[in-house]
Amino acid sequence: MTAPDPTEPDPRPDGPGRDPVLTVTGLSVGTDRLNLVSDVSFTLAPGERVGLIGESGSGKSLTALALMGLLPEGVHAGGTVRLAGVDGNLVTSSERALSTVRGEAMAMVFQEPMTALNPVKRVGDQVAEAMTVHGRVRDRSAARRAAVGLLDRVRLPDPAGTARAYPHQLSGGQRQRVMLAMALANEPAVLLCDEPTTALDVTVQARMLELVTSTVAESGTALVFITHDLAVVATVCERALVMYGGRIVEAGPVGEVLSRPRHPYTRGLLDASDLTATDERGRLRTIAGSVPAAGGFPEGCVFRNRCPRADITCAAVPPWAGADSGYACWHPVERDE
Amino acid sequence: MSEPDNGGITTAPMLTVRGLRRSFTRPRASPLRSAPRVHALRGVSFEVTTGQRFGLVGESGSGKSTLVRLVSGLDRPTSGTVHFAGREISRLPDRRLRFLRERLQVVFQDPTGSLDPRMRVRDIITEPLVAQRHRDPAGRLVELLADVGLPPEAADRFPHQFSGGQRQRISIARALAPRPAMLVADEPVSALDVSVRAQILNLLSDLVQRYELTLVFVSHDLAVVRHLCDTTAVMHDGAIVELGPTRRVYDEPRHPYTRDLVAAVPTLRRALAGATASDLVRGSSLAEEAGADPTTATGAERTQP
Repeated sequence: MTAPDPTEPDPRPDGPGRDPVLTVTGLSVGTDRLNLVSDVSFTLAPGERVGLIGESGSGKSLTALALMGLLPEGVHAGGTVRLAGVDGNLVTSSERALSTVRGEAMAMVFQEPMTALNPVKRVGDQVAEAMTVHGRVRDRSAARRAAVGLLDRVRLPDPAGTARAYPHQLSGGQRQRVMLAMALANEPAVLLCDEPTTALDVTVQARMLELVTSTVAESGTALVFITHDLAVVATVCERALVMYGGRIVEAGPVGEVLSRPRHPYTRGLLDASDLTATDERGRLRTIAGSVPAAGGFPEGCVFRNRCPRADITCAAVPPWAGADSGYACWHPVERDE
Repeated sequence: MSEPDNGGITTAPMLTVRGLRRSFTRPRASPLRSAPRVHALRGVSFEVTTGQRFGLVGESGSGKSTLVRLVSGLDRPTSGTVHFAGREISRLPDRRLRFLRERLQVVFQDPTGSLDPRMRVRDIITEPLVAQRHRDPAGRLVELLADVGLPPEAADRFPHQFSGGQRQRISIARALAPRPAMLVADEPVSALDVSVRAQILNLLSDLVQRYELTLVFVSHDLAVVRHLCDTTAVMHDGAIVELGPTRRVYDEPRHPYTRDLVAAVPTLRRALAGATASDLVRGSSLAEEAGADPTTATGAERTQP
């Protein structure tokens, strides 16, 4: 696996020419009654950093859980998820097969580390377990030493002392670093981060974002970074996927999507997050209405009940315009609008 | 709405806080040592004048929520004073705080936690009016629902039947019910989606203007405070480290902590201009080198290796 220089903007961020490390095709997630995620397709090149943008209810976290095979009881996935070096479709793989992939080739950092960490186990042992469980390190004391090394790598002060601490003795930012150390323990090919900094203060968030980008660059790990914060995606990622109503509505290089969006939802989201721009009456620009509850999105284009451009055409699901970069909209925003 | 004009409004202080301290005692960890004290506020002083929009910015643990509780008479200080409309409130017993409850209202962060799930919206919003022995609660309810942009039928429903943004509208309607002079909003948009946040911020701006409310707006989000407030106080470690006109505090932060804080916030504009995560962390030192403005400093200092 080659690690691209992260500071060098990739001339071809869509990654053709590099064999993808992760290929997702037609991924769907739903219960018996509801479709929650529909037709999600994307690829991830080795070392690439992709942002999955969406508000609550957009299906971004379910997408990540489906990739990891961690969907809750009663929620099923369809479609295919292929990981380089792993045989078969992860969606249809057995739990036994998945458990060898999880934390080994693909790892995840969750939003709330307090619920993701075991409260009655020292954090050093939890990091060590991530290695012994996959047979990376047989010897437990060697695993302990390696765990201290990992805690040092995520720049926790006094790594040996921190390894002996329980999760409640650490701050939120420190716990999130422990989560990252665990996720990186086996040098996974793909790291999924689900809103890892949303619960953190801004100064702590800045250090965590810096840590995530530098560590994935060192190990050549591809990153899927899930967040609702457009500025965070623009800071961390090369490519952005915008989700709404369980579908990817727009995708492309960060600079394109976040400065010249084609989908009206992306445009609206950009306008609504910009608190420095107001209209002549001093009011912020908004998107009409609110995000519907699960299952409450309209048929056809999922955004049409809030979209200023919607008309009768939008009752049909808009086709994807473009390839890796593109959008799903009947009435896209023009480039010069 | 970033630079509201205060010229025509009288500038009598509505709220005066002097030398406010609040300490909490932690449970004793060992019988041999005395119980540890946590100093949540270490001597805070400021004034909020009538018609002002006062922003209070700070990270978790800075003491901003403790300050909100003291200012709104929900807690008592260890020392120091809080004057509201000329009356010292921090030593008054609850039964003598009725005037404060009518004139100062609070909107909390989490509308799910601050609305009683078993009460209908009608009863939630009109509850403050019962204490006032209001003559026409039903008429006032209709007005309030219209003010916050909720349909009249919302009155008969329960909080769980609304989205997060609508629930925050209900909280705002309840806060406005007794016609307060001051609105204290504690992180009112932090739990909301981006597309809904702008709607609620516009609503707050409108209502503050229409009812000439004095606003105290507490947030960890600098961009939100910058948009809404004319004055900003930055809290750190139980103290106000910087206080001034909003534009000055953001564009020329004087305290090193304010500089770090301003630099650490990722912005789309800076990121699209090429700022990386390490620029967020290094922003403060760069700002110092370059002089005043961390926004231009981080953008300009970035080099492509």
